[in-house]
Amino acid sequence: MIVSVENLTHNYAARTALAGVSFAVKDREVFGLLGPNGSGKSTLFRILSTMMAPASGRVTVAGLDVGSRPAEVRRRIGVVFQSQSLDRKLTVEENLFGQGHLHSLSGVTLRERVDEVTARLGLEDRRDEIVEKLSGGLKRRVEIAKALLHKPEVLLMDEPSTGLDPGARRELWQYIEDLRANQGVTVLLTTHILDEADRCDRLLLLHQGRIVAEGAPAELKSRIGGDVVVLEVADLDGMQRQLAERFHTEPRVVDGALRVEIANGHRFITEAVEAFPGAISSVALHKPTLEDVFLDETGVAIC
Amino acid sequence: MLGKSFWLPVATLWQRELVRFWREKARVLGFVGSPLIFWLVIGSGFGNLGFFFPGALTLTVMFSAVFSTMSLIEDRREGFLLSMLVSPAPRSSMVLGKTLGSATLAWIQGMIFLAFGPLAGVPLSFDVLWQSASVMFLIAMTFTLLGFALAWRMESSQGFHAIINLLLLPLWMVSGSLFSMAKAHGWIRVVMVLNPMTYALAALRRVLGTQVSAGTPELGVSLTVTTVCAVVFLTVSALVAGQKTARNFA
Repeated sequence: MIVSVENLTHNYAARTALAGVSFAVKDREVFGLLGPNGSGKSTLFRILSTMMAPASGRVTVAGLDVGSRPAEVRRRIGVVFQSQSLDRKLTVEENLFGQGHLHSLSGVTLRERVDEVTARLGLEDRRDEIVEKLSGGLKRRVEIAKALLHKPEVLLMDEPSTGLDPGARRELWQYIEDLRANQGVTVLLTTHILDEADRCDRLLLLHQGRIVAEGAPAELKSRIGGDVVVLEVADLDGMQRQLAERFHTEPRVVDGALRVEIANGHRFITEAVEAFPGAISSVALHKPTLEDVFLDETGVAIC
Repeated sequence: MLGKSFWLPVATLWQRELVRFWREKARVLGFVGSPLIFWLVIGSGFGNLGFFFPGALTLTVMFSAVFSTMSLIEDRREGFLLSMLVSPAPRSSMVLGKTLGSATLAWIQGMIFLAFGPLAGVPLSFDVLWQSASVMFLIAMTFTLLGFALAWRMESSQGFHAIINLLLLPLWMVSGSLFSMAKAHGWIRVVMVLNPMTYALAALRRVLGTQVSAGTPELGVSLTVTTVCAVVFLTVSALVAGQKTARNFA
């Protein structure tokens, strides 16, 4: 286990951010922490990246305790913050060399590392550009290049897609997958974007500082049997009761519509529409998403 | 302890301050320009450019030293500070690298100002040059360290400006820059004796040899007091930077 978190609890003045969280990340995994704002994922990120010491519980990266041996942990992690962390007045190359020096890299070793990370992230022809003139997607790539410079075992990324356009997001994920496949880097990221969560090998769903579900995206979704049908009806309460009786399901009211999880959704739709003529104004069917999984476990939506 | 993992971050952070400064040349003009005008107006008004020269020079070095540390507030706002903090470089090397960088900038601006010395009757002999260069670096380092200790916890540059105007400018006025200690009366005289800036200025006035009036502290005393201040500010800076302040990242 490259990252291990045992019974981690963290409180801010009056608020509990994390309440007894335990999980482990395997070597070379792309592991996602999914949850809405305030779920505790940012606190978890701060602790894993050694910005904050854990209040209670045990957190290790590559077997090293983050609370008592932060300096050694820092040599093994690369951190990509949600906000920028580059010096925007300097060029791409100057940023990378500076970062190398902070990690005591120098000379030929450092030059080779800079060549390698710029090549890997497609930044060769941008090396002499001033950072503040780059697009958001390119800046994020420089951030990743910077985080990879000292060959970390674990790459920590906080909301990596936030603020990127769809094209830049796609590119970003190509780089992430390339890293895992060719560099043997373990990637741990936080996100509230479902597309991004779907691409992870395994996910931890967080809500109010607690783990609500853990597993591969496909596995989590398969826990919801069959299909999800969303019905817009005039009489929510009445319809909820009648559907429950007739189809032996548990419809939920979500955002002013009825949401039913059921096998063979298409058959259910035909029967429901025929059984209650005129009562249903709109019907939608979809395969379960991570949003459904989250809703199912917490009763609230992610976004 | 003080191997490559200490000096390499120091060197790179020092260099970074210089490169950034060079790319914003307008700042050089701002810091040298206003004390220069100040000096010419006040000095000409009193008909004594020579007396006001060391004070204006101290003002240049002190202000650029303290204001250079505002880059720390920028680093925090821009996120660069975060990446320094999650790097394995020791905190002490970050403090030293950043303050050396800022102090060097202040020193360079002082040296530019010094070039106007002949206008004030200061002969730029070899002795005057190296001695005033050394004293200016000491002053630059002292006030950079003070600025660093103040800026570490600051979220905005407005608060920083307020402190400068409320604290540093009045202290500068009663440091012997505008009137000598011999001419000061009553409690002002007491303030002047207690004011650390009095000694920084006295050291500079003595090595420049411009109108050293009665009551100006001796060079040895002046250098000692200034050095003690630098060590105190260094200790405070190292202490505040070493603290684990989760608040800053929340």
